[in-house]
Amino acid sequence: MGTRDCKHEASISSPCIGEAGDTGHWRTVRPVLDRSKCLAVKANKPICFQCWAYCPEGVIKKQIGCEIDLTYCKGCGICAEVCPADAITMEPETGEQDR
Amino acid sequence: MHEKKAEIAIITGNQAAANAARLGRVQVVAAYPITPQSSVVETLSKFIEEGELAAEFVTVESEHSALAVCIAASTVGARVFTATSANGLAYMCEQIHWAAGSRLPIVMGCANRAMAAPWSVLNDQQDSMSQRDAGWIQIYCRNNQEIMDTFIQAFKIAETVHVPVMVCYDGYILSHTVMPVEVPRQEDVDAFLPPYQPHLTLDPADPKNINPVTLADPRLNHEGKLCHGYMEHRFLHQEALLQSTETIIAVGQEYAERFGRDWGGLYWGYQLEDAEVIVMAAGSLASEATVAVDALRADGIRAGVLGLRVYRPFPKRELVAAVAQARLVVVVDKSLSYGNEGPICGDLKAALFGRDRAPALHGYVAGLGGRDVKARQLAETVRNSMARLDEGMLLSDTQWIDCRI
Repeated sequence: MGTRDCKHEASISSPCIGEAGDTGHWRTVRPVLDRSKCLAVKANKPICFQCWAYCPEGVIKKQIGCEIDLTYCKGCGICAEVCPADAITMEPETGEQDR
Repeated sequence: MHEKKAEIAIITGNQAAANAARLGRVQVVAAYPITPQSSVVETLSKFIEEGELAAEFVTVESEHSALAVCIAASTVGARVFTATSANGLAYMCEQIHWAAGSRLPIVMGCANRAMAAPWSVLNDQQDSMSQRDAGWIQIYCRNNQEIMDTFIQAFKIAETVHVPVMVCYDGYILSHTVMPVEVPRQEDVDAFLPPYQPHLTLDPADPKNINPVTLADPRLNHEGKLCHGYMEHRFLHQEALLQSTETIIAVGQEYAERFGRDWGGLYWGYQLEDAEVIVMAAGSLASEATVAVDALRADGIRAGVLGLRVYRPFPKRELVAAVAQARLVVVVDKSLSYGNEGPICGDLKAALFGRDRAPALHGYVAGLGGRDVKARQLAETVRNSMARLDEGMLLSDTQWIDCRI
C-alpha cells in the first residue's frame, strides 16, 4: 500500500498524541520504575515529579508512582538521569527487533 | 478583447516587473536591494506608499530574510512577491529550497547577474542557473513586454500547480533598458487572475505543524492514515513540476486570448521551421541571436533561433521534437556548470541521447560577467561551428565566445 491517499502537499503534522506513529518501536532500552524508591510513592504525596517535568515527549503521567506510556516512550533515559532517588533504571528492550 | 487602447509606457524591465506585481495585487512584498534589481523594489515601495497598491512592504535586513518573510506570508494565505540577483539569490539559497519543498506559490524576479567572486554587477545567468536544482519553475524573458506579461502569468501558474516560479531576465540589458511596454488594465488582470486561494494555511482553530522533521519512511498518523515520508513528498514535487508544462502552456494561451500577446509557452522559434542550424539560448541572448540569424539567412544559411523560455521543468520532449530536423544545434549558455559544460547544452545533450534523429550539438559559453555578445559574434560562431561539423565534429568540447585569455 502506497501513500498516494495521504493528500498532503506539504509535509504536515497535527499536534496530537500518536501523530508520529508508535514511536515506542524506536526503543532499545525501556524505563522501569522501582516504586520502593520513588519519593512520591514513599511519601504518598504528589511531590517531586522530576521524571514528568523532564520527559521530552510528555509520555509520563503526573501522578504518584508515575505511569509511562510505553506506546510512545522512545527510551531516551532522561527520566532515569534526573530521578533524585535513582528509582528509574533503563533495562534492555526485549521486544521484537527490526531488521 | 478590450475596446479602450491600453496604456503604452516607456519603461525598464525592472519597472515592468514592479507594475506586474502591482497589477497582480500582491499583498506582501519583502525584498532587499541589490544591483541590478533595486528599482523593482523601489518602484513597488513607491506604489505602496502612494496608495496604488494595497500591500504590506516589509523591510528586511537580507535576502535570506526577504524570502523567509515571503514564505511566512504565503503560508498564511497572502500573495507575495520578491526579487533579487546573484549574491542576493545565493544568500537566500536555503529558503529557495524551503519555498519549493513547501509547495508555496511564491513568484520571484531574478535580474540575472554574475556571481561573485570575482565581484561583478553585470549580467550573466549563473545566478538562476545555480539554483536550477531547487525545484522552482524557471522562465526566461527576452524583452520588457515579456517581463510584464510573464510575471502576471507566473502568479496564476504558481497558484495552480503549487510550485514557486522564478522569472529571470538579464540584468542591465533588460532590467535597466527602456522599451515600450503595453501595461494591461487592472480590470483585465483581475479577470485573468482571481485572488489567491491557499491550499493550506496556518489557522489557530485547526493547528498544524507545517514541514516538521519528516522521516525517511512513511508514518501512520494519529488517524491511522499512512503519511508520506520525505521521498514521497519529493516525488510529488517532481511530479508537479513535470506536469506544470501543461499549466504553463494553458496559462500562456489564456493570456494570449485576453491580452493579445503569445510568448510561445515553453520555447519560441524564429525562422525555426526549416532551419538546418539552430542557435539555442535563453533570455535576451536569444533575442540577439535573431539578428545573427537574419544575417546568416541573407548569406543563404538556413539558420534559426530556438529561444528557451522555460528552463525548469526542462521541456525535453518538446525540445527534442523542435531540433529533430536540424543538422546542428549551437547552444550558447550565459553560464557554466563548472567542472562540466553549459547547463542548457548539457540538458539538451542528455535529452537527445539515444534518439534516432539527433542533430550535432556544439556548446558555447558567452557573455560571462557582462561581456557583451554581439549579433555578428553569434553569426561568426555559427559559421565556425558549421565548418567544424563539415570536418566531422558532431559533439564539441565547450568553446568560449570572445574570451580574451
